[in-house]
Amino acid sequence: MSDTHGIIESAAAEVAAADTLDVLDAVRVKYLGKKGTLTEQLKNLGKLPADERPEAGRLINVAKKAVASAIEQRRGALETAQLDAELARAHIDVTLPGRGASIGAAHPISLTMSRIENLFVKWGFEVCDGPEVEDDYHNFEALNIPAHHPARAMHDTFYFGDGRLLRTHTSPVQVRVMESRKPPLRIIAPGRVYRCDYDQTHSPMFHQVEGLLIDTHVTMGDLKGVLQAFLREFFGQDELLMRFRPSYFPFTEPSAEVDIKLESEHGISNWLEVLGCGMVHPKVLANVGIDSTRYKGFAFGLGVERLAMLRYGVADLRMFFENDLQFLRQF
Amino acid sequence: MKVSALWLSEWVSFELPNSELADRLTMAGLEVDSLEPVAPPMAGVSVAKVLESVAHENADKLSRCRVDIGAGEIVDVVCGAPNVRPGLHVAYAAPGATLPDGRIIKHAVIRDVASAGMLCSAAELGLGDDSSGLLELADDAPIGTSIEDFLQLNDDVFDIELTPNRGDCLSVIGIAREVAALTNTSMREVAVPPVPAATDDEFPIVIEVPQGCPRYAGRVIRNVNAAAPTPMWIRERLRRCGIRTISAVVDVTNYVMLELGQPMHGFDLDRLHGGIYVRNGRAGEALELLDGETVSLDSETLVIADNDQAVALAGVMGGLRTGVESHTTNILLESAYFDAITLAGVARRFRMHTDASHRFERGVDFSGQERAIERASAMIIDICGGTPGPLMVAEATALIPSRTTIDFHPKEIRTLIGVDVAAESARQMLESLSCRVDASGDHFEVTPPNFRFDLELEADLLEEVARLNGYDNIPSTLPTTTLNLAHGSGRYERDERIRDTLITQGYFEAITYSFIAPAEARITAPDRQPFELSNPISGEMSVMRTSTWAGLLNVALHNLNRQVDDVRIFELGMIFEHVSDALEQRHVLGGLASGKVHPEQWGEASKNIDFYDVKQELENIFSALGLPRRTWLGVNDPALHPGQSASVEIDGRVVGKIGVLHPALGRELGLEQGAVLFEIELDKLPLRTDIIYSPISKFPSVRRDISIIVDQAIAATDVLGAARRAAGDQLRDLQLFDEYRGQGIDSDKKSLTMGLIFQAHSSTLKDEEIEETMERVLLQLHDDFGGTLRK
Repeated sequence: MSDTHGIIESAAAEVAAADTLDVLDAVRVKYLGKKGTLTEQLKNLGKLPADERPEAGRLINVAKKAVASAIEQRRGALETAQLDAELARAHIDVTLPGRGASIGAAHPISLTMSRIENLFVKWGFEVCDGPEVEDDYHNFEALNIPAHHPARAMHDTFYFGDGRLLRTHTSPVQVRVMESRKPPLRIIAPGRVYRCDYDQTHSPMFHQVEGLLIDTHVTMGDLKGVLQAFLREFFGQDELLMRFRPSYFPFTEPSAEVDIKLESEHGISNWLEVLGCGMVHPKVLANVGIDSTRYKGFAFGLGVERLAMLRYGVADLRMFFENDLQFLRQF
Repeated sequence: MKVSALWLSEWVSFELPNSELADRLTMAGLEVDSLEPVAPPMAGVSVAKVLESVAHENADKLSRCRVDIGAGEIVDVVCGAPNVRPGLHVAYAAPGATLPDGRIIKHAVIRDVASAGMLCSAAELGLGDDSSGLLELADDAPIGTSIEDFLQLNDDVFDIELTPNRGDCLSVIGIAREVAALTNTSMREVAVPPVPAATDDEFPIVIEVPQGCPRYAGRVIRNVNAAAPTPMWIRERLRRCGIRTISAVVDVTNYVMLELGQPMHGFDLDRLHGGIYVRNGRAGEALELLDGETVSLDSETLVIADNDQAVALAGVMGGLRTGVESHTTNILLESAYFDAITLAGVARRFRMHTDASHRFERGVDFSGQERAIERASAMIIDICGGTPGPLMVAEATALIPSRTTIDFHPKEIRTLIGVDVAAESARQMLESLSCRVDASGDHFEVTPPNFRFDLELEADLLEEVARLNGYDNIPSTLPTTTLNLAHGSGRYERDERIRDTLITQGYFEAITYSFIAPAEARITAPDRQPFELSNPISGEMSVMRTSTWAGLLNVALHNLNRQVDDVRIFELGMIFEHVSDALEQRHVLGGLASGKVHPEQWGEASKNIDFYDVKQELENIFSALGLPRRTWLGVNDPALHPGQSASVEIDGRVVGKIGVLHPALGRELGLEQGAVLFEIELDKLPLRTDIIYSPISKFPSVRRDISIIVDQAIAATDVLGAARRAAGDQLRDLQLFDEYRGQGIDSDKKSLTMGLIFQAHSSTLKDEEIEETMERVLLQLHDDFGGTLRK
């Protein structure tokens, strides 16, 4: 019977020397395998005198446990080391850029229109549209701008040979909606409009959002309230100052222009004109067959470019139509 | 409309500082664009008199002057102005004086001669741009008085942007009326006494078109000195209101127009033959106007004529031949009421927008002709002398406008405006605007004044009350309205969805002009007939676009020229096309992709965008819109590569096209790197169909891959469709994962490799079932296309 202490010690030395899992496994086989040193000793127990067997058996089992435990410990350490090595090898530079497709962007004018639309849609306004090539009736006559009206000079109109024209505002959409539907109505009509004017501050094509609300009890105070809430939300300024200033549009009476004061890092701006509005003119209601003694309404027209310029700090209107990707990428 | 505060204060007294009055006017709807002093600040300039003037010994153009500067003081000044002469009253800047441009005057020695100060031109004093000579002051100008006091330079000019409904405010009197109403004061009506006739000299006036000219007032004044200089105060007032000085008679008519709002005209009586006829023009008749332009008249244009020919374009401009000149001795003054509707558009038609036409188009007080002519007569006689004849008025009484009463209910202020104004206050406000109000309880009968053409309905009066009460005093409220669910066309939601899908795929949204050059329309859509503008901005923008591609190609080129090589852009908008005599305007989505599939990046080989990349991007849009059944077919489009372009059909309807830009067109445009273009007709897309869920099988799926060799001409979609049909309803999915041409197969053949994935709902599929199905598929492909299994 050999000395189990000696076996434990030599096994411990070999376990400690094992620097790979394979070597460690060879150590396990050598001592604990089917033909391993300790296994063999157990098999040979029978050859011992009966009274020595229990003690010898106990010692062998102690030795087996000690060796097995040493091996497990070592395996744990080796596995950890191996994983650490793998992790170290697989280290990447996380600061390198990501790969694949990058995202595009909506046009700032669209973003502005969507923002306006979304705010009014929350209030139950419906988004409507109409033709861009309009007839004189819907663009002018129905809106109380007869042919001789000096207000026509305010609209430098593009005409076609057949007398049709490019709509000069989105207001014809309110006429088309009122013609085809019964009040109460709550709509907004975003879209392109055209005026024959081209310089640093005028584009022959620009965008408006028309709003219209017709119901039995609507006042100019309501118009003021709706626009104030809208402008505060649009610019994200709860204290935004707004004023209504009397103005003139043939299709509203009374009419107003709306000025705001915007806050920026430079302080508070002067009054900036942002939109025109008013109570729908009784003649416009009559033209579309709505009883103006029963129904009242308000309408407003927002200049999208103007709002986009104020919101994004764009100083030159023409940037919007150059579609320079270095510009578009910023939105 | 520019108006001087001093002139205004002759008609109304206001206590407010000018800046505050400007705010009040703005908030009453008369938007004050600017408020500027009439002259820049200056000091040390006063009235002086030239006593002697002799040529400077050492300089041709200079004079040595002895100048009386008041208080017995006489100084020597060297002066270069051609109009310097003894006796002339001038503006003298003493040494130490500061001129408006900041210059400080010093004692100087000019060509060896001492000069104590300077004599000034109008320009040097900041009074206009005349620098041709000294500013000539009147002979009674008090020597020694400061020039600011003498010329009343302590004055501001209000520049008011008037809305077209307020033609009544195109005059000093009109703005004064507003000021009076806004500040609760009354007007100082400046008395205009009639000028007694000194002769009975008349000139026949015949109104042949009374609808266009219901009233025409005239007066003959003989023996005037038309060359008399216009007094400084008139010239200054005209200048402050933005009107150039011409000659005394013209200046006076302009002055009266500015003051009273009544345009006037002066004729040289000796050049008029027979009489004045207000008639329509005649075809072929021509008229040379005061500005030298000759216009061809027609029978729609109202003119003033004498016995022989037209002498003025009524309400717009006088004729050159009969205008007042410096040698004119006898004049005929005109002060007429022309009908706004008759004059509307005349000025625009002749491209001749004048101060007169501007006022007549907006409506002139139809009762103000006599007052204006009396005012002008008195001023002309005062300046030019002359013997007035009697006031002559021709009129068609029945056609002169009248004012009808408007029913007004004070309670409507609450209903329409949302503010409470007592009936009594409303009455006072309307009266302050010169309306006549007959109040009986809750009902007013309101008669607007003759000068207000914009008060017609109750709503107009409600605006007046709201305006005078102050828009600021209208409380902000929120409407109480009917709650109803908005339906809408769904286009707004659909456009948002398309926009989001494209942006996620790396596209930028562009907005390009809806008008393009005819050549661009021809290139991008030669089969579509464009709609032409009659009055385009330029030839480059003269037809409505028939496709979005012209704009998008320009955007691509713009960016390529700025070294941005990868361009993915789209546009949502309308295209316009003549289709069998009718105009179609349709919503489309247009797109262009050019350059690399992905932005330049490390660790990935870069690849140029091709047809299939963009096709998948469109597939993703259709999927996002819930439109599953799409068919792609080769198509010929003149702008596209004939072998790399397709149309897409949904439910048997062509909804769009996609393709590689035709290489020849690419070269022509300078877009050598090529591009893939697409255009989807949004109006043709079916509405989203409701989604019905199909159950998911719990049993395992089985996959079989096959490669089929077919002729190259056979479309993959046909092969896949046949395979799908033959595989039956246990086929869950079919993926084409390779198309191969080349070595190993015949040169006119191609190999299509596809994976068929089977799955049943009620059991695990057995191998025998799958084999049987695959046999059926192979047989079908052989029968339909002669397809053979690639080993």
